[in-house]
Amino acid sequence: MKSERTRSERKLAWMLCAPAVVAMLLVTAYPIVYAVILSLQDVDLRFPDEGGFVGLSNYTAVLSSDLWWTDFFNTVLIMVISVAIELVLGMAIALVMYRAIFGRGVVRTSVLIPYGIITVVAAFAWQFAFSPETGFVNNLPLIPDEKDWFGGRFSSFAVIIMAEVWKTTPFMALLLLAGLVTIDSQLYEAARVDGATAWQRFTRITLPLMKPAILVALLFRTLDAFRVFDTIFIMTRGALDTESVSILGYNQLISRLNLGLGSAVSVLIFICVFLIAFVFVRGFGAKVEEGRPGG
Amino acid sequence: MERSSRDYVLWTIAIALVVIFALIPVLWLISISLKPPEALTDQKFIPADISFDNYKSLFEGGIDDSPFIKPLINSIGIALITTAISIVLASFCAYAIARLEFPGKRVILAGALAIAMFPPISTVGPLFDMWRALGLYDTWLGLIIPYLTFSLPLAIYVLVAFFREIPWELEQAAQVDGATPFQAFTKVIVPLAAPGVFTAAILVFIFCWNDFLFAISLTSSDASRTVPAALAFFTGESSFTAPTGSIAAAAVVVTVPIIVFVLIFQRRIVAGLTAGAVKG
Repeated sequence: MKSERTRSERKLAWMLCAPAVVAMLLVTAYPIVYAVILSLQDVDLRFPDEGGFVGLSNYTAVLSSDLWWTDFFNTVLIMVISVAIELVLGMAIALVMYRAIFGRGVVRTSVLIPYGIITVVAAFAWQFAFSPETGFVNNLPLIPDEKDWFGGRFSSFAVIIMAEVWKTTPFMALLLLAGLVTIDSQLYEAARVDGATAWQRFTRITLPLMKPAILVALLFRTLDAFRVFDTIFIMTRGALDTESVSILGYNQLISRLNLGLGSAVSVLIFICVFLIAFVFVRGFGAKVEEGRPGG
Repeated sequence: MERSSRDYVLWTIAIALVVIFALIPVLWLISISLKPPEALTDQKFIPADISFDNYKSLFEGGIDDSPFIKPLINSIGIALITTAISIVLASFCAYAIARLEFPGKRVILAGALAIAMFPPISTVGPLFDMWRALGLYDTWLGLIIPYLTFSLPLAIYVLVAFFREIPWELEQAAQVDGATPFQAFTKVIVPLAAPGVFTAAILVFIFCWNDFLFAISLTSSDASRTVPAALAFFTGESSFTAPTGSIAAAAVVVTVPIIVFVLIFQRRIVAGLTAGAVKG
């Protein structure tokens, strides 16, 4: 009787989960397999008659090109700098939200604004702000009036990183705040009685106890930052060597219609993302099952 | 803890910095959207004169000639349909995960998490090719399907976290008190689950509303181009005028309602964004 009930419970559970599982696999599992197949062929939609199996030659073409390595360097640079700034800034905002003696509501309200804004819109806002023609930034003190931010590679990166940081720090701050509130406040009282300074309390209590929350937040933000696309597309379209790997993939696939080469880039990006996740989980011990998908 | 006036000053500065940091781009967009064309390059944060011409030009020409109305309809329609389907499928799945015992539960949760980490660019090429063969290229459905896939993990995680908190024994209690199973579900469980479902719906809607990569890769015309993609392809009144003013006005139109919405439901959104983030 009992096993009958467990069996029907199982059946019901599987039936309830099936539609969602199918919908999730439909546009991930099958396309990634298809991408691998395409990447082993010479598929160029501008020349539909040519084609055929070419082995790994698309991969050797991508990996031996300067463009891929330039874009890879750009992507990693943007990822490392923006995630580092987001961690520090996100932690500061989380502490303000947690410890503020007044005005917590105002802070929480305002950090949700970047979350609600379309990334493309935020990219336009910062582009207009830094543009030498329309922007107000060059009018600020200490900034040269004629600075052409989008006229150089690294000044473009500065603006791109700034826009990325603005848009995604709130998410980081909220995740860190969720970790912060789980710390027992008696620990702080005890440390205070023992004469620990505010900095000691932060480095000896807050940081170690928040390690799981920090690692999960870092993992999700790092993966997200590696996929950076919208902001660069709006601000520079990849001009002046500011492309990310996602922009490279898009250009090959959609602009040049070279599905073979483009798919090789896609598969390489997939492998990079997998490796980043692997390093976080195995190398740093991030407890992913306690994590959750980002907003 | 003694609160000196120095503490108040420091906290006021910290709070003011956060608020200014969050608000500047929004105020700036509103500012340029209100500047008349000749004042666009005055580099001032606050416009000297105010003009609503940029907003008028967005809606000029009605549905057929306006560069903005159709993308706006596409954005709203696609995001609403995806949200509805995603929430129904995710609710079934989350209910099973939160309430039933079955093998494969952990695999589904782990798989959902893996999909949340999946780089969308890796699916763009195959989808582009498949959608053209299937006639889904440049259609609403062509965007709804990938949005559904990538929003389901988010919806499932938020709903599982909320459903685990529901005191399900109330359902049986109601039946003991004479309610039918249907009444017990609609009168007891639905009101308890509604806040979580609503929260998940807001997050999924914002996710679809924000997408740019699929929107520019899988569409080619106003038939299905959403606002973020349309903004990237905006052109000025003539080829000699930059579309800065119209882009700013369009950006304000799609941003302000969402911000008002987010602020009204901020408690729920924070709960949803951090639901199950870290187990204590």
